[in-house]
Amino acid sequence: MFRYVFRRLISAVPTLLIIVTIAFFMMRVAPGGPFDQERNLPPEIEANVLKAYGLDKPLVEQYLDYVGGLLRGDFGPSFEFRDFTVRDLIFGGFPASLQIGSMALLLAIVFGVGFGAFAALRQNSRADYAVMTLAMTGIAIPNFVMAPVLTLVLGVYLSLLPVAGWGDGAWVNKILPVVALALPQVAYISRLTRGSMVEVLNSNYIRTARAKGLRESIVVNRHALKGALLPVVSYLGPAAAAVVTGSVVIETIFEVPGIGRYFVLGALNRDYPLVMGTVIFYAMLIIALNLVVDLIYAWLDPKVRLE
Amino acid sequence: MIGVPGTGDALAGAAEIEGRSLWQDALARLLRNRAAVVSMIVLGIVGTLAILAPLLSPHPFDEIYWDRIQAPPDFANAHWFGTDGNGRDMFVRTLYGARISLMVGLLATGVSLLIGVSWGATAGYFGGRVDNFMMRFVDIMYSLPFMFFVILLMVMFGRHIWLIFIALGAVEWLTMARIVRGQTLSIRRREFIEAAHASGIGSFKIIFRHVIPNVLGPVIVYMTLTVPQVILTESFLSFLGLGVQEPLTSWGVLISEGARVIETAPWMLVFPATFLAVTLFCFNFLGDGLRDALDPKDR
Repeated sequence: MFRYVFRRLISAVPTLLIIVTIAFFMMRVAPGGPFDQERNLPPEIEANVLKAYGLDKPLVEQYLDYVGGLLRGDFGPSFEFRDFTVRDLIFGGFPASLQIGSMALLLAIVFGVGFGAFAALRQNSRADYAVMTLAMTGIAIPNFVMAPVLTLVLGVYLSLLPVAGWGDGAWVNKILPVVALALPQVAYISRLTRGSMVEVLNSNYIRTARAKGLRESIVVNRHALKGALLPVVSYLGPAAAAVVTGSVVIETIFEVPGIGRYFVLGALNRDYPLVMGTVIFYAMLIIALNLVVDLIYAWLDPKVRLE
Repeated sequence: MIGVPGTGDALAGAAEIEGRSLWQDALARLLRNRAAVVSMIVLGIVGTLAILAPLLSPHPFDEIYWDRIQAPPDFANAHWFGTDGNGRDMFVRTLYGARISLMVGLLATGVSLLIGVSWGATAGYFGGRVDNFMMRFVDIMYSLPFMFFVILLMVMFGRHIWLIFIALGAVEWLTMARIVRGQTLSIRRREFIEAAHASGIGSFKIIFRHVIPNVLGPVIVYMTLTVPQVILTESFLSFLGLGVQEPLTSWGVLISEGARVIETAPWMLVFPATFLAVTLFCFNFLGDGLRDALDPKDR
């Protein structure tokens, strides 16, 4: 187990290096620099500005500087938020993003598995069709449509919840972003759970369990559900990635002070170090999440050999 | 091709007299799927509306009516969907958005098709070390947060519409490559490939003349499912302000403008959002229907 984790961590290094390298050189071959707006600067001052940010050095040296900085946890200064380093912004935004994201993922797992199992146990009944139609709707309607619609109904028409804003992390302000972020994943997971649950319920070992005279609740909860969860667990990696991606849009809509919002602001303002730093941070996050998911999977399914 | 029990009855008699090809069979099955047929009709309507957009409304898409800013839907002035924050007609803008969104969806899917099918067929056909290397590359690409790379591209090279096609196509080909490779692996040892090989045809020609036409079924299914994905991604980018630029518009742009004034002008959100959701719905249903039609054992 330990060796497997170690090997996976090692193999993540080249992937990250590729990401960093692509991102860095894409940034440098791009036309137009970040200081183009201030083009009335006298040449001496412009040279000083470039020097302050290390932009006057040869490209290779800049690249090595950047990678060296990353190793020390230094993502460089933000061009747009002048008083902050990219690191400050990322770590400042992480708690809010983490809360929203993990709550959404948890919600998606609980409700997705619940609905999926519910539908599978009533296969081809009206309840089954109703749940699956809802799930289809959840997939077809993207979260950036769902979020404003939820706001319109719950926030504006019914005035039950605040429309936007973070309110210093009050829980009422978190409901809408979390729900909007979770809904598409609830839909995916319930479809997935239903499919695999139906398959499992028809398998031999479930028949055996029933033949032994076990109570239905034990058959379902202990035997069927465990087998049916494997595809769901392997979907958690992509689900986590989708939640991370979705958080960018959700944080923008609901004005959540998270990383996603800084990413969008950075992208709109051509704040290269901020955008790159966030991309690298997200990549690390996704790689780490995938590792965790693989470990859970191996723990659940003894057939998967890790060594 | 063996019919699915219960679906072959109507055609059973005819089948004995004249043979039906795989494609006729699939078409018959598809036409019996109500959701898929309705989806095709709806998509046809949306497509026609998009193409005929300039003829359907008296208003040009970028004309600003200073006296009717953010006006609710009104029939007297032919603003069926109301006007936006700049006093432009929402009906025409929604349809122009449809043009861009559908075009991005189709063209980027085309790009992904081109890359994915060639990549997958080549890897699957050659097998061995080539396959290993090529699919390893796909695996690595898979683990990257590609959405952020598209955004990175947009940030750095400007938000040009052609760049959106290429960028989205360039990241959406991975699954296609995997599907095609799997299919190719399963047919590359078959006799007709061997025969082609024996008659001295080059590998390149075998791949394009013999392998690819035989993996088209799954490719078409997955293509139908890629289109809504691309439309969604483009809307996502446009929503964030990183996609299509003024005065052009897409559903994502309109939804983002509408979401900002949701309390005062809900019509600015409702119409483009409905169009987008319905289109995505239909593509998904059509894709599911096509899968059932082309691969009956998968049901």
